Amino acid sequence: MLKLGGWRLEPRPEPSRALVFAVSVGAVLAALFVTGLIFWAYGHNPVTAYRDIFVSTLGNFRGFAEVLRKTIPLLLAGVGLVLAFHAQFWNIGAEGQILAGAVAASGVALFVPVGAPWLLILMFAAGFLGGAVWGLLPALLKVRLGVSEIITTLMLNYVALYGVQYLIYGPWKGLSTRGMPISDTFVPAAWLPTLTGTRLHWPTLLLGVLLAGAVLFLLTKTTLGFETRVLGQSPKAARYAGINLGRTTALLVLVAAGAAGLAGVGEVAGLHHRLVEPAQLSLGYGYTAIIVALLARGNPLAVVLTALLLGWVSATGDVVRVTLRLPAEITGVISGLILLFLLASEPLLRYRWRRVGREAIPVPVTAPVQEGGR
Amino acid sequence: MELESWLVSTVARSLAFSTPLLWAALGEIYAERSGVVNLGVEGMMILGAIAGFMAAQTTGSPLLGIVAAASVGGLAGLLHAFIAITLRADQYVSGLALTILGLGLAGLVGRAYVGVPLSNPMQAVTVPGVTSLPVVGPALFTGQHLLTYAGLIVAVLLSVLLFTTRLGVVIRSAGESPAATDALGINVIKVRYLCVVFGGVMAGIAGAYLSLAYRPSWTEGMTAGMGWIALAIVIFAAWRPVRAIFAAFIFGACFHLAFRLQEVFPPEFLQMLPYLVTILSLTLIALGRGGRQAGAPAALGVPYTRGER
Repeated sequence: MLKLGGWRLEPRPEPSRALVFAVSVGAVLAALFVTGLIFWAYGHNPVTAYRDIFVSTLGNFRGFAEVLRKTIPLLLAGVGLVLAFHAQFWNIGAEGQILAGAVAASGVALFVPVGAPWLLILMFAAGFLGGAVWGLLPALLKVRLGVSEIITTLMLNYVALYGVQYLIYGPWKGLSTRGMPISDTFVPAAWLPTLTGTRLHWPTLLLGVLLAGAVLFLLTKTTLGFETRVLGQSPKAARYAGINLGRTTALLVLVAAGAAGLAGVGEVAGLHHRLVEPAQLSLGYGYTAIIVALLARGNPLAVVLTALLLGWVSATGDVVRVTLRLPAEITGVISGLILLFLLASEPLLRYRWRRVGREAIPVPVTAPVQEGGR
Repeated sequence: MELESWLVSTVARSLAFSTPLLWAALGEIYAERSGVVNLGVEGMMILGAIAGFMAAQTTGSPLLGIVAAASVGGLAGLLHAFIAITLRADQYVSGLALTILGLGLAGLVGRAYVGVPLSNPMQAVTVPGVTSLPVVGPALFTGQHLLTYAGLIVAVLLSVLLFTTRLGVVIRSAGESPAATDALGINVIKVRYLCVVFGGVMAGIAGAYLSLAYRPSWTEGMTAGMGWIALAIVIFAAWRPVRAIFAAFIFGACFHLAFRLQEVFPPEFLQMLPYLVTILSLTLIALGRGGRQAGAPAALGVPYTRGER
């Protein structure tokens, strides 16, 4: 192991929660610092740039409502991904599952003639199923044939993207849209209520928080959750314990993909009220949700916080475009940097510096306090 | 006669389209042969595309554009190597981060160049002497870009290097059995670093082909998932450079036919085709080999630590 001036680097046993939290916050701050340098390189004072961003996103009710609105799809898809990652399933396909959910919900809204409360309920059910169907093929291929889900889920994102385009340029193209590639507007019964004066479709947010709680319950209190955790820690042990690996994995992936599908329902029922271009429908939420899930380190409740963080990052895109006149792609830079710094900080959790040759000396429980030392 | 000319142009355009896929896949084959997965191909490719375009536009030299693209791709590869090899962090996540960051950075930097045509793009070249060959001459050797011909030659050279030289053995053993390689006194870390950086250089060149030759301009997200398809080609080609030529050609043909047949079919279905073919081919490979991915290096994706087994 590495030695440096009387100190030695050694593996750390299980890191404490406080340390994990501190290191994660540090990674986020480092990413924001580097972004500040980018602002500076583009001729903006980083301090005033961040002040403008904070004031516009957190300083008033409408700005914060936008942050919450962007949090919704990240929360739903992120909770699902936590579940998928617990099952050792690297789902990169949340983006496609969001689109599939949006298509299924739009289909119900456009073609199923039912009344007020039932239409929305049916849309959410269809969206969940749509997302799950989009996750079904990669799940089966992984479980049955060992095909890498990383590639298959990702490829299906593009299939979903072109599928949505086919629908809005072809059979579902609206009659009253003057040639625009969008579907007809949904009937009012398919619209989710929003908080007055904002675009925040709060029922979907509530659904996301409830889902996070439900997943926590599933993971900690149910047999399926127990099997998942065994599976996550040691597939071998899981097999000896008589756990049906394929069935458990497939089930979790379907629920995870369904959760992403719900995010798609929220976007069409709460925001657009019609099926729109895929690039407008999901602004890369499926990819950002991966960061949300990784940052939460498998804890479904932590997803509420990390989704809020990345929701804020997404919301800064609009502010940056308007006030700093920088392209909104800066949000991708911030997200990528957060992920990179998070990875780069991993060794801090795995290793620690220790003074060489002090193993034999008992370490005093409380450090001696020097007189007037404070 | 009409069929022949249709065939000729289809093959020629498919080959042109397969070029970026081939360059990126060749680089990834080397990285993975040494034991490191890099899911950041898409990100390195798009960084190469914008860096190549900016350098070529500023200097007026497409060659300098390629050099810039290769350098930026190599730097991006170096970042992944540092995180994956030195810090031993999760390679899959690191590659993903590189893709997200690369797409974001390229979009940010490239905003000023959207819609600007490249003033001095790479010119197509015809190989003298062989154009008189029936079908093959006009299909493969006429009016392609230099990088297309070079890609085919590089693939063969890389195959020779990998399977017949000492360096090739060293690279393959670093990916198959790093501990044994280390015991022979070979620096596994160094070999892996070199291969990952090489992968970045190749992905950068792949991007430069797009922005300097194939479509001499900058469009946001112009790599359109090709980096991910390159990763599928690596598996499809069983980590063999020469097979990657054929794999890349099949995928290139899918992309091209999507464009070509849009009169007959809704174009969206044909645009889906390469992605569906990727899934189908992975499935068929898995079916054929009883579930195990044939040809994958044994230590692929596993960080190497001395003294740990």
